[in-house]
Amino acid sequence: MALTAARRPRSPWFAVRRDLSGGRTTFLTVLSFLVPLGLWCAISYVPGLWQPQMRVTSAGGSETFDLGMRVPKAQFAEENADLVAAGKAPAVGEPCNPVFLPAPHEVGKAMYKAFVTPPKSKGDKWLHEALLHSISIIAWGFGIAALIGVPLGIACGVWAASSRLVEPVVDFLRYMPPPTFGALALAILGINDEPKVAIIVIGILFNMILVVANTTRQVDRGLLEAASTLGARDRQLVTRVVVPAILPTLWNDLRIFIGVGWTYLTVAEMVGASSGISLFINQQGKYRNYDNVFAGIILIGMIGLVTDQILAFLGRVLFPWTGAEPGPLTSACRRLFRRGKS
Amino acid sequence: MIPDSATTTQDIEQRLLKIRDRPVVLEAKHLTRHFRTSQGGTAVALQDVSFQIHRREFVTVIGPSGCGKSTLVRLLAGLDEPTMGEILVDGKTVNGPGPDRGMVFQSYTLFPWLTVQKNVEFGLRMQGKGDNECRSQALQWLEMVGLESKADFYPHQLSGGMKQRVAIARALAARPRVLLMDEPFGALDPETRAQMQSYLLQIWQNINITIVFITHDLDEAVLLADRILVLGAADGVHPGGHLKQFMDVPLPYPHDVDVLRDPKFMAVRTHLDDLVHPRRELVRDRLPITRMVPLGDDV
Repeated sequence: MALTAARRPRSPWFAVRRDLSGGRTTFLTVLSFLVPLGLWCAISYVPGLWQPQMRVTSAGGSETFDLGMRVPKAQFAEENADLVAAGKAPAVGEPCNPVFLPAPHEVGKAMYKAFVTPPKSKGDKWLHEALLHSISIIAWGFGIAALIGVPLGIACGVWAASSRLVEPVVDFLRYMPPPTFGALALAILGINDEPKVAIIVIGILFNMILVVANTTRQVDRGLLEAASTLGARDRQLVTRVVVPAILPTLWNDLRIFIGVGWTYLTVAEMVGASSGISLFINQQGKYRNYDNVFAGIILIGMIGLVTDQILAFLGRVLFPWTGAEPGPLTSACRRLFRRGKS
Repeated sequence: MIPDSATTTQDIEQRLLKIRDRPVVLEAKHLTRHFRTSQGGTAVALQDVSFQIHRREFVTVIGPSGCGKSTLVRLLAGLDEPTMGEILVDGKTVNGPGPDRGMVFQSYTLFPWLTVQKNVEFGLRMQGKGDNECRSQALQWLEMVGLESKADFYPHQLSGGMKQRVAIARALAARPRVLLMDEPFGALDPETRAQMQSYLLQIWQNINITIVFITHDLDEAVLLADRILVLGAADGVHPGGHLKQFMDVPLPYPHDVDVLRDPKFMAVRTHLDDLVHPRRELVRDRLPITRMVPLGDDV
């Protein structure tokens, strides 16, 4: 007997507020990285897709062109026309992209080389040292901001009096761009790492107070009422109810503020004696080693993404009661890993 | 020997009289609560409500919406301050919430970061009890509500009925004098609700506890209670919620779900229905009949 059961129609890719199947989630997560990478590859490797310039491989009779020089196509053609008219040998070149867009393999090579190449002058740092220095600045800045901001934010969320006292002025301060404090920080704290840390602290702290206060205010009033009918005193309401209740949200808030730290890092590292990954990127930019510039930028992105994913994973381990599903990237990795094994 | 209806009635009456001889656990004296409205006026949520509740009594509070049921229970729990009047527990005036008045909320309010057992331990820990005592007592209370197997679960892993049983165990573990319950089964489906009513009656009969139970369900009010506190909403005479009647429930004791089949149950329920929903309100609730869509011949 032939089975004529109607096939279930496939669920649509775009359904308002519905979850995607695991396979599709993985596919899209991988795709979100592959699309920009693919575009980059296409522009770099497919001849004629963009390539608005010519790289001179033989200058011919030209006096203006040098070997390896990149010139716009129009200028190249004009010069060659002039050369031919003057009876000289025309220049030879190949189409290429501008120097600020190196190909992926060049960036990959640069990333590897940057780690194994000793610094040019003796006092300079290796790339990994520069990176560690940047990370330490963020760790200090974020740590100090969290040490002040979290308790203050919780206090603002719990007591209306603290909220009225602290929040108006913080609301005012947070609109001042942290880099503008650079000169001041330099004058007060010297030219080493202290002003850099100060800028990160300023960038994070004020917003953190307001965000943590808001998170604290979200605590279900019913939980506080239940606790007080069970005999909890004011102090216990804060330590036994408010703090544990906000922890998972607080954890995610802090993850976001680590990201904010990276945002202000490049500005902070340019204050006083430049240092860290920003110094590396800026120097390489001056030497027009754009492959190294890309390598530095991508490194920052990778460090940020990896730390955030680790923290997200830790959050799910630390706070099992939220019953949170693993994020798209984690589940995608897991799925890919499992598929690879089987 | 089956008692005839006359003796049963006498037994019931005697029982209800005996309840009044017991010591008063919870007393409300002229409780009044006014609220500021956004227009600057005052709204009267509760006007001059006085009553006495005796030990081991099961009192349900019922009334139409807007009669101040929830305000009353929040005042009793100390979560809200009365504008006038006072609340006495064992003859002493109380201010603010305290472990002598346990509360069970409609929204469960279990602490999501604590396991079921730790939730039940919460009140004991607030009293500074040691680890071993907390654990053994919590497990006993969990056993009483039939959830000792779920001790290590987190609240989000439980069904609504289970959550509410944990909430009851948590409130009882703190050994309150009175257990206040604010529409505790309102969010449950009818089947679970009936089950919970049966559980609650069994628990109440097992332990020495006074219960004040807010509900808007007539059947529930009659089924559970020794006495029913009927509140009325604002009308021509009263500016706000007020005490309409504190009526006895003349049904055989102990109550259980079989009471629902008793013809006397229907009589009490009908009487209560008339009190809570007077006839004129039913007339007022009638919609004007406007035919929007012509009815065809096939209807």
